[in-house]
Amino acid sequence: MDGVSFSLNAGETLGLVGESGSGKTTTCLSIVGLLPRGARIVGGSVVFEGEDLTRKSQRELRRIRGRRIAVILQDPMASLNPLFTIFRQVAEPAFFHQQMRGKTLRQRVKSLLAAVRIPSPEWRMRDYPHQMSGGMRQRIVGAIALAGGPSLVIADEPTTNLDVTIQAQYLDLLKDIQRETGVALIFVTHNLGIVAKMCDRVAVMYGGTIVEQGPVRAIFDDPKHPYTQALLGSIPKLGSRDPLYAIPGQPPNLASLPTGCAFHPRCPQAMERCAIDEPTNVHAGDGSVARCWLLAPAAAPSHG
Amino acid sequence: MAEPVLEVRGLTKHFPVRQGFMARPARVRAVDGIDFAIHAGETLGLIGESGCGKTTTSKLILLQEPPTAGSIAFEGRDIAGFKGPELMDYRRAVQVVFQDPFSSLSPRMRVEDIIAEPLEIHTELSKGAIRARVHDVLELVGLPPDVARLFPHEFSGGQRQRVAIARALATDTRLIVLDEPVSALDVSVRAQIINQLEHLQRTLGVSYLFIGHDLATVAHISDRIAVMYLGKIVEMADSDTLCKQPLHPYTKALFAAALPSHPDDPKQERTIAGEVPSALALPAGCRFHTRCPMAMPVCSEVEPPLQTRDGGQRVACHLY
Repeated sequence: MDGVSFSLNAGETLGLVGESGSGKTTTCLSIVGLLPRGARIVGGSVVFEGEDLTRKSQRELRRIRGRRIAVILQDPMASLNPLFTIFRQVAEPAFFHQQMRGKTLRQRVKSLLAAVRIPSPEWRMRDYPHQMSGGMRQRIVGAIALAGGPSLVIADEPTTNLDVTIQAQYLDLLKDIQRETGVALIFVTHNLGIVAKMCDRVAVMYGGTIVEQGPVRAIFDDPKHPYTQALLGSIPKLGSRDPLYAIPGQPPNLASLPTGCAFHPRCPQAMERCAIDEPTNVHAGDGSVARCWLLAPAAAPSHG
Repeated sequence: MAEPVLEVRGLTKHFPVRQGFMARPARVRAVDGIDFAIHAGETLGLIGESGCGKTTTSKLILLQEPPTAGSIAFEGRDIAGFKGPELMDYRRAVQVVFQDPFSSLSPRMRVEDIIAEPLEIHTELSKGAIRARVHDVLELVGLPPDVARLFPHEFSGGQRQRVAIARALATDTRLIVLDEPVSALDVSVRAQIINQLEHLQRTLGVSYLFIGHDLATVAHISDRIAVMYLGKIVEMADSDTLCKQPLHPYTKALFAAALPSHPDDPKQERTIAGEVPSALALPAGCRFHTRCPMAMPVCSEVEPPLQTRDGGQRVACHLY
């Protein structure tokens, strides 16, 4: 990923939209300092509640992760340990970060499970993950995320494996929790429907950069970047059987990105300079920002 | 109306399961007496959540499982009696495209061999004729003929799914079972495949059984939609009718759970609570009554039959 910038206020929800390989998961892992070996943040900063996380040691980060920033991943079975009871796993953040023990800890776990709408929590907390349904497991992961009382939750495709009615329940639950606790949410998804339902702001990623971001209404009403436009046109809408707009070609490989604008080989409005110069951010009046030469007609012409 | 390509009547599949040593064998009623017909050049959408029996239905049609009861008629003849050449003809005519093109194509075979395999098994064509047919179907799905020499790993997800569709079209295909064919693809590639499928249907007149869980996608591609819940069809109607006027509370719940296409879309009322009950312990009466916001006393006692209403919409619910 390359030169990604965005900001998020308390209680706000940001949607990070992109296809596989667009860099959205890498962005999230950089925030919490969990990049795989070999990957490095070579520039820029991650400022969380006034502190730059890129300058923190792993030890300091460990105290932030799970407590002030929590992560919910796509597959709850991969996040839960099959050998430990639900109680032990939900209790862990409160045990380590808040030194809760005994009865207080039990009470805390019970209220967390109740908060994510697990029926009869005092019984279910003795269960193991395999005894629960997919929707319940994902709510358990949600309970673990909330256990430390975080001010930011990063949810990476949390509902992709869930059935539609269960997905709707889970999204409603996250909204309720956000209203109650004022937690900020980063929602990583490829599904624009989730963005329309959940988010205040959107950042659209393509080829490792954010190509457009802005308030959710501005993006849906008047998308500026051809990729955003194409993405919105390619989704089936209920009650309409008009042909879909098909974006030609494939998403690019991050290891061999096209020169200039990464989207230019698939862009219906590509110009000569798009293949040569990387576009810069242009601010539009409605609060959105897009990286596209179409928006900068007056910009300096390409050299050469 | 012309004879349907495929007609399913009272189709039932029960799986025996043992829950423990010495336990009495129980039955999972995966598919429990469903009826539907698919006409030539038509797409029937089959929608429902995991465990509703949609994949079992496709397995029964593809002869991967024998039905417990009920019949499947292909072009007017019951397939249960098919043997020899008739069976071969059925296997040629009914093909499948699976969700995940990464596991449905053999990594050791070249694309041309993958597409030629059903031709070698099911037809008497010469090598040259098979090669020509492979090139034809590759062109049909929008791939250049020179990709025939490549292996699946050299393709992206969308291209692999095109190869799978080409394989399904290679024989004299009249019905393709599409089991969540775009769910595993990138969003920007999904529209390519959906448009391609629609185009192929217009030009070749092939019928589709489109299995999915995303209401908007299924409604977009299907002429008619059947909604399944725990092994039963609870509602069946024209795609447009179903979108405008869903009747069954479960169909309504699916619409309420569908994601908006714009942030200003009217807010849906709260979605239904609870989860799909276990297929091992089906609720008595209407299977949906445990989650239904409109449930009445009768719903937990009497199972509602699928009734046809004016305009051909069929619904299984005591409210109507």
